[in-house]
Amino acid sequence: MDFASFLIQTLNSLQYGLLLFLVASGLTLVFGIMGIINLAHGSFYMIGAYLAFVLASATGSLFMAILLGIPLALIFGALLEWALFSHLYKRDHLEQVLLTYGLILVFEELRSLLVGDEVHGVDIPAMFSGSIALTEVLNYPVYRLVISAVCIVLAVALYFVIQRTRLGMMIRAGNHDRTMVEALGININMIYRVVFALGVALAALAGMLASPISSVFPNMGSHVLIISFVIVVIGGIGSVWGALAAALIVGFADTFGKVLLPELSGMVVYLVMAGVLLWRPEGIFKKG
Amino acid sequence: MNAQLFLKLAAVAILACVPLTGESFYTELLAKTLVLAIFAMSLDLLVGFTGLVSFGHAAYFGVAAYAVAQLSPKYEAASLWVVLPASVGLSALVALVVGLFVLRTKGIYFIMVTLAFAQLAFFVFHDTPLGGGSDGIYLNVKPSAEIAGWVPFDLDNQTHLYYFILAMLIAVYAFLGRILQSPFGRVLVGIKSNEHRMQSMGYPTFWYKLAAFGLAGGLAGVAGFLYAVVFGFVTPELLSWHQSGNVLLMVILGGMGNLVGAIAGAFVFTGMQEVFATWSKHWQLIMGGVIVAAVLFLPGGLAAIPGRIKRSLQGGGSNE
Repeated sequence: MDFASFLIQTLNSLQYGLLLFLVASGLTLVFGIMGIINLAHGSFYMIGAYLAFVLASATGSLFMAILLGIPLALIFGALLEWALFSHLYKRDHLEQVLLTYGLILVFEELRSLLVGDEVHGVDIPAMFSGSIALTEVLNYPVYRLVISAVCIVLAVALYFVIQRTRLGMMIRAGNHDRTMVEALGININMIYRVVFALGVALAALAGMLASPISSVFPNMGSHVLIISFVIVVIGGIGSVWGALAAALIVGFADTFGKVLLPELSGMVVYLVMAGVLLWRPEGIFKKG
Repeated sequence: MNAQLFLKLAAVAILACVPLTGESFYTELLAKTLVLAIFAMSLDLLVGFTGLVSFGHAAYFGVAAYAVAQLSPKYEAASLWVVLPASVGLSALVALVVGLFVLRTKGIYFIMVTLAFAQLAFFVFHDTPLGGGSDGIYLNVKPSAEIAGWVPFDLDNQTHLYYFILAMLIAVYAFLGRILQSPFGRVLVGIKSNEHRMQSMGYPTFWYKLAAFGLAGGLAGVAGFLYAVVFGFVTPELLSWHQSGNVLLMVILGGMGNLVGAIAGAFVFTGMQEVFATWSKHWQLIMGGVIVAAVLFLPGGLAAIPGRIKRSLQGGGSNE
């Protein structure tokens, strides 16, 4: 592998890892704070991608689609938390698995009813459709760099919100001890709703951003879901920064795995996870 | 006790009569359901009795199914007496190896990690030459039951195959029932209710759980073997997480920790699938809706319904 292709694969790894972080961060927050295992989280990614497709076809631009899509996803998340997930907090994991598994079926069939089962493409916004020349023969698409940049901005924003704001303080406290937070007079149910809606919106945004690259297709959420599980396992449940590091590890392992070990491409990520399980079964970044 | 035994015998008698009707469609559907019932019982050993919620049980089902297809020569029959133990043993072995990893985790982690390992197994059969890609492999000739020139039954014959599956179901049921009555089974149930206490009593719970995981994997392998023989082909879909989700659904539908319940769950699941599929192409929507509603409004599964009815009759409608 020469330097230019190494550079391209590195950029691809970063972009893929950062995108996965958007999905996994919401998943790990919902795990950590509410103690809920949400199999339907991958569906939010799928819904985001289809929103991007539908809205971009309607408005003619992916920008508009994303601007409209984010509030829609937030509202959808809040509604879903109110109608379904708020009933799950005191149930055991098995019932959570069951309900969210049922939700996947519902979402996929609704998607099939409303949009159909065809594969769709989404156009890259014109101003990002070019590419940057890395060498005389190798170019790198601008849009992928834009995705990475957006994800980095979001990660920084998430850091700021969680570490530096009052809301973030409440979220961290909720992660630690629900009863204590309630005793201090904080409306924990509201915190839950906000966190859940945020998680849905992040996953949906990841789907929207990815839609021009990966195209939009049925069941696109399930692969992302399982990879996000792997990320959460590697990073440690509830740890957003663990999720960031783990997402990057997974991004690099998957991208370079495909180049260096094409026969094992699907498996590299899981092998990394197996290694982490042997080494630190609670995840790399889980604090005692 | 005797009434229960009588009911079980009556159920077996009814099941045994199905091929006599000559309805080959229903015989095949029932054969499939009985295979899934074995699969569901094997998972119930983990979920219902040991308290290990595995979301990747399809892996061991699929490994055995692929083992049959790969161990059978292309144009002649393999021996049932070689292929069955080999494929079941392979499933158990894979489960033991995976168990060494996944049993280091608990709770939500365990659910996610079992799912991830099943996905790893999915990719092994999907991507490598072991599996034949997403199209899968055909099992051209079903294994032969011949022993030294004598052929006790013929798996190519639908009726024989059906009775063979029914016999396997009864055998697995009796075997699991026996296991659960044994000291080993008592330890598993103890682990489910309080693992720390079992540890403090000196039981090496990790090894007990590993044994249960391997055993459940092997029994899932029995189901996978039968599935491959019934349908004559295997695809990576057998290891997909939908398959793991569906079998978990069967166990929960029947009420966990109840072998008869697991069988009933397989029947209800297949029944719902068949009925909904006749209503609409989008039957999964109804299925998903039913699941969501069941979790919200019916904690405890189908097995809790008789108790609820009894309570509401006795208590004049009031709870407790």
